[in-house]
Amino acid sequence: MKSALFLLPFALVPFFANDFWLVQIFGRALILGIIALSLTFLAAYLGVVSFAQATMAGVAGYTVAYFGPNTVDVGREMPFFVVLPLAMIMATLSGAIIGLIARRSQGIYAIMITLAIGVAFFYFTRQNYNYFNGWTGFSGIRAPEIAGTSLREPLPFYLLIILVSALCLLFVNGFIKSPLGLTIQAVRDAPKRVLAIGIPTTPVIVSAYAFAGFIAGSGGILNVWYQERISSFSVGLGPIVDILVIAVIGGLKNPIGAFIGALAFVLLDTFAVDFIDRERFNTLIGLVLLAIIMGAPDGLHGLAKSWLSRFKKRPSENQV
Amino acid sequence: MFTNLKTITMTSALALGAFAAPASAEDIKIGVISILEGAFAALGQDGIRGVELAVAEAGGEVAGNEIEVIVMSSDASPDSAVNAARKLIEQDGVDIIVGPLSGSEGLALRDLSKSFPAVTFLNGSSAAQDTTLRDASDNFFRFGGDGAQWMVGVGSFAHDDLGYEKVAVVAEDYSFPYTQVLGFMTEFCAAGGTVPEKFWTPIGAKDYSSIVYSIPSDVDAVFVALGGADAVNFLTQYNQAGGDKPIIGGSITIDQSILDSEGPFKQQLIGAPAGTPTVSDYDGAEWKEFTASYTGQFPDGFSAPSIFAHHYYMSAHAAILALEEVNGDLSGDQAAFRAALTDLEFVTPTGGTMRLDENRNGIVDNFVTEVFEREDGTLGNRVVKVVRDVDQSLGQDPAAFLAQGPVSRDNPSCP
Repeated sequence: MKSALFLLPFALVPFFANDFWLVQIFGRALILGIIALSLTFLAAYLGVVSFAQATMAGVAGYTVAYFGPNTVDVGREMPFFVVLPLAMIMATLSGAIIGLIARRSQGIYAIMITLAIGVAFFYFTRQNYNYFNGWTGFSGIRAPEIAGTSLREPLPFYLLIILVSALCLLFVNGFIKSPLGLTIQAVRDAPKRVLAIGIPTTPVIVSAYAFAGFIAGSGGILNVWYQERISSFSVGLGPIVDILVIAVIGGLKNPIGAFIGALAFVLLDTFAVDFIDRERFNTLIGLVLLAIIMGAPDGLHGLAKSWLSRFKKRPSENQV
Repeated sequence: MFTNLKTITMTSALALGAFAAPASAEDIKIGVISILEGAFAALGQDGIRGVELAVAEAGGEVAGNEIEVIVMSSDASPDSAVNAARKLIEQDGVDIIVGPLSGSEGLALRDLSKSFPAVTFLNGSSAAQDTTLRDASDNFFRFGGDGAQWMVGVGSFAHDDLGYEKVAVVAEDYSFPYTQVLGFMTEFCAAGGTVPEKFWTPIGAKDYSSIVYSIPSDVDAVFVALGGADAVNFLTQYNQAGGDKPIIGGSITIDQSILDSEGPFKQQLIGAPAGTPTVSDYDGAEWKEFTASYTGQFPDGFSAPSIFAHHYYMSAHAAILALEEVNGDLSGDQAAFRAALTDLEFVTPTGGTMRLDENRNGIVDNFVTEVFEREDGTLGNRVVKVVRDVDQSLGQDPAAFLAQGPVSRDNPSCP
């Protein structure tokens, strides 16, 4: 329950921000945060760094695009209350399949295999025209209208994003305390012992990936509504690395790190070009990310935690 | 728990501190979107120079209103172009957007422009056909041509002057090469030529051997619509495999960097025709003047304006001319300004008269060039034909042209 309170400052944003800040900065940060949360979850509780989270989000996004309203002549339109569960199921399934493929891999090998899956999916979407419309992808994707109001209107959209973010955080925190969640952490710490007491590890690992797919999928749906389009670019190496960067700079140890990292990333990504010679703004982004990683090995979340505990030793505050 | 809450509050507060102060109401803000990262960075930078040149030529102001240029970068993906445009509109409050650079980005901004009727979009150098031809947007203007217009003259030149009857096509698999192939085939097929086989390759492909050996042996030439490294890779592999058919180039296939690169395939390129709206060393008086202005303004730029500087310049120049006509008046959702843009006529750097058709797409000049060997043994492109007043229907009846359907891998076809 508590963890969702982390998002409280985000809920105050609509009172003083214009549409640009509301959707383009805070909304986008939360969406990327949800997708990065799925990576943080795998890294923190299964001990695996996955590069396939943008792919799982992309599966949900492409499902929404194919079965929803779009302006390219591909797909068939279905009502959104059918499409949304379908997209979540597809994303969860894609997570499970990726988990099944990567179940025996650890460390650098898990990174390689999930990266390979992500890149394969990228080329698949780029070259398949019947279902993914190739290079061009889908455009004109619209969020559903409820009671005459489009969910893509800035305020309703932002509130929806906040709600989904809070739910995802709650899910993650509830899930890790469940018997399955505890088993996942046991597999992370001592897979051989888990096997020795008679629990097969494969279903545990696969369900962890499937859960990550579920979280990434909810971010993927919001992302496709935010962008109003999806193409192979949306699942390419760029987004794959962005998600990793967000998770790492936020901190891989705590789910909330994903959202902190996402906000820092979006601010940098949007405004770096205003601060520095425009030929070099990517250098600035790179240097800041480098500084964060060097100065805060546990990410911004870990850094803030250690600062605050150093300066404010009063026990009452640390207990809240 | 509490500590983390604080962190976020602090982060949010910091972020909010960055809210931009509104600029003075007199300024006219022009947002520019170009690709300033990745493989296109140097070319995208030249697009920005085009806008800066147009603004500098106007003295940085229109009817006493200062012009402020705000630059955003995209990375060739439609998503990034849309994000850049949203930032320019919602955060920086620009009145006019000039950009983007590449085809799919243009389609995305065309769609976006419908959501922002108070902002006028002027296309940069993106050249997808449907940006203006189908589903056009009232506030999206293109003072330039599309990829098909850029090939006008080549098809008939290949058939009538070079005597090619059968041509195979090798092109990248996305919207811009589709449009280029359409521009070539429309003329070539109408003149009586046939295209028995088209090969579509993923962008960035390294290995072309399967295509090289599949090219029918009875074709007279190969039309290659690949860009940059793809073109070098294909031409090298084709040459090494003993391929000896003459080459016909797309608008970005045979640029100076390919002619300056090393390799035996270069000999095969001598005499190869290509279509392009921009020839760096064209000797028209207006182009010489434009080049002098460009090199004077940007001593660090290229030795002559690229296709990107040329097209961004034309859009920014058009915006400034229209602004001058209405004395910088952008009130009433820019109605007067847009009317001025719609009726605008001006002399382009290539010596033609730029004006718009009813879809707000430019009626442009196009060049047919051919590769020739200079006395010192280096290769260059020279103009063999200038085609004036090329419209988007390529001279056909607009309704009949539209009825042929959207361009794709299989459309047009004349096997």
